[in-house]
Amino acid sequence: MATAVTERQYQGQVHEHSRRLMSAWMDELGRAEAEGVPTGALMISGNCVELLRACHILPMFPEVTALQAAIRKKSLPLILKAEQAGYSSDNCAYVKADIGLFLDGGMGPGKPIPFPTITVCNYVGCNVYVKWFEHLADLSGSKLFMLDVPFCRTAQPSAADIQYVVAQLKELIALCESVSGKKFDIDELREILAYAARAEEGYARSKELCKRHPAPFDAYFDAINMMGPINVLRGMREGAEFFDAAVAEFESLVAQGHGPLSEERFRTVVEGPPPYPFYRNFRNLFAKWGAVAVQSTYSTVGGIWEWGFRHDPRRPLESIAEQMMTENLTNRSIVARYAQIKRYVEEWEADALIIHSIKSCRLFSAGQGDMRDYFTRELGVPTLMVESDLEDPRYYAEAQIKNRIDAFFESLEHKKVVAGR
Amino acid sequence: MTADQVLAECRELVAQPIGAAAERWKAQHPDGRAVASYPVWAPVEIIHAAGMLPLAFLGGGTSVELTHADARFQSFVCSIAKSSLELGFQGLCKGVDGFVFSNICDVARNLSSIYQRNFGDVLVEYLHLPQNSTSPAVAAYMAAELKRLAARFEDAWGLRVTPTALAKSIETFNTLRTGIRALYALRIAEPQKLSTVELYTALRALTMAPPEDGIAWVNALLEDIPRRSARQRDGLRVVIEGAFCEQPPLGLLEVLEEAGCYVVEDDLMLGWRWFTSDVATDGDPFARLGAAYVDQAVPSSTRHEGREHRSTGLLEKVRRARADAVIFMPAKFCEPALFDYVLMKQGLEKAGVPHLLVEFEEKMWTFERTRNEIETFVESMLFD
Ligand code: SF4
Ligand code: SF4
Repeated sequence: MATAVTERQYQGQVHEHSRRLMSAWMDELGRAEAEGVPTGALMISGNCVELLRACHILPMFPEVTALQAAIRKKSLPLILKAEQAGYSSDNCAYVKADIGLFLDGGMGPGKPIPFPTITVCNYVGCNVYVKWFEHLADLSGSKLFMLDVPFCRTAQPSAADIQYVVAQLKELIALCESVSGKKFDIDELREILAYAARAEEGYARSKELCKRHPAPFDAYFDAINMMGPINVLRGMREGAEFFDAAVAEFESLVAQGHGPLSEERFRTVVEGPPPYPFYRNFRNLFAKWGAVAVQSTYSTVGGIWEWGFRHDPRRPLESIAEQMMTENLTNRSIVARYAQIKRYVEEWEADALIIHSIKSCRLFSAGQGDMRDYFTRELGVPTLMVESDLEDPRYYAEAQIKNRIDAFFESLEHKKVVAGR
Repeated sequence: MTADQVLAECRELVAQPIGAAAERWKAQHPDGRAVASYPVWAPVEIIHAAGMLPLAFLGGGTSVELTHADARFQSFVCSIAKSSLELGFQGLCKGVDGFVFSNICDVARNLSSIYQRNFGDVLVEYLHLPQNSTSPAVAAYMAAELKRLAARFEDAWGLRVTPTALAKSIETFNTLRTGIRALYALRIAEPQKLSTVELYTALRALTMAPPEDGIAWVNALLEDIPRRSARQRDGLRVVIEGAFCEQPPLGLLEVLEEAGCYVVEDDLMLGWRWFTSDVATDGDPFARLGAAYVDQAVPSSTRHEGREHRSTGLLEKVRRARADAVIFMPAKFCEPALFDYVLMKQGLEKAGVPHLLVEFEEKMWTFERTRNEIETFVESMLFD
């Protein structure tokens, strides 16, 4: 057996920077009610956070709250509370954790944050979003705006698709104006979009750097530190600067030939969200094998920036509409996701595909058996599928998952040895 | 034809795979095509106006063993998604040229593209059904989406949907839906004369035959059923809610009735009776269908309705059908139904309407526990 792989605490700065920015945002949310600042709930995927910011409405994200509850190992009692209220064990656990919080009368997992003033369901791909926001609006008594975004079902959205979303964005602006009492200024939106584009550029550049051997960071586990700034803080100067700093740091790691582990033995692409209640444990199961994710689909739920899309201040509403329709993972078909993964495997030179199947998220998971069939049988890419949940700790069976991961990398190692002979 | 003759014919039809229904029709219409729609709403007028046979794609029920589909869809996915895929693998849809899926849920969405990937020789189209019910832009958008669907048929097979043909199809389906509504009204008035299994079988058969045949059957039923003699027994009048996509096994519906329920309203086979009133008969036919989708749709878990609370439509059904209770009957793992259950249940409780939850799977075959639960529920209501 070769020397043990250890983790380098390289990600310190990016991680710390992200934590600071996200806490400042949470603090702001915590003060919003007292300060009379209106808040608007949004979903992460293909969101239009820039628009809310331009309308002086502070964005809040139930998914982030749910995720934080899980990572702090506080999700189970919340899920149970929701189940007691009638939610099924088969319903998306993200929603249940969040509903559990609402039923407790608040929203923040650590600090309480107020109910949203308006609830803007950016219906991008996931149908559970519709239900979640219907329920959130019902519980919080806030006004619900259902922003219908056509699924990306043709190669390019049609002019009618774009017009349709833009028309709704205009209705949303009018609603926001009535909520905030402030006039919407398109030039302010343009400025915000310019910051968004800069952050998108930085995120894409960071991902690009993972094509290097070794990759400077883990594009699944460490990408989480970037997902806050890219999805929640997009459009803010701080968000753009965060990525400038991240890119500088990753470039310097590349120059020094450093990756997240002492040794990069396997390069993987990971599909599916992580099991947040056991984030660390799960990561360790891969780190031990020197397996580094060089790309992941989860990191693109909010937007796929690596194919070059940027918000365009010259076409503000149109580019927001386009991003919502085409440039995010969940509004594309699962088979379009196969193509995305295939590109990742090829261009990022991955050795394997890891599918983490999430029991309570059918948007991600329903049909991953077919995905596996495609990669293993048609493309010959070694594929591992493990199953648990992103929020519900009851579905995480570590011994079983560990066995499968170990067996998979053992055989991959064996193949490498044989190929190297 | 007598009601019994019609029902016998329907039973026979329903026992066959949709592929067989398609082949039989195509034998008489050599240039025709058959297009099946995954639940719930089916753009039947468009399909019919192109000179094609509209079919409902409702899974395999108890008829197929899963040998391939289980490896594609995990254990936590509803049965209809798996059995629909299995029908494809086993060639039981052979004869069906196209499939229309839509955004009723995340599973259906994924199934759509997986279907296309595995069966490249059929046409698979995905229809976006708007979830915004209040924007002035929606009706026109829906109309444009239906035009896109029509264009797809034309590109693929050269079958055009002309405005005249579409207007005619709208009228045909208006007639069919009027008949179906009358059947439902008849059951509300005299549930002892038309069992749910019979009504369901007839409706299901309508989705496997041209609407012109369906209209004839419905008319025969409407004429003959009132003449049936059946004594009203003590029973609980119930509404079934949540069975809009995967269809419950007939045995379960039988058990429900045997256990003392009169089903007076349900959401089975919703797609074929989606519009609660006639689609308008003048003006651009695409626009009319688009507007009807927004303003005349039956309340359903698969469509967001921003103008009223989730439970309002259900309460309205309860009131209209003079029902005593609601039986929530979601398919196992069906997220839209299971989510809506919570808000609907709250609404019912506020209004003092009793309810019971009975989950099912299409291949379920023993019902003893369910029978006990329903009996207890019925007794508690009838004899309290
Ligand atoms: S089903 Fe999946 S994508 Fe949808 S809200 Fe739940 S976790 Fe998110
Ligand atoms: S049964 Fe429910 S979950 Fe399954 S495909 Fe139908 S709507 Fe979706």
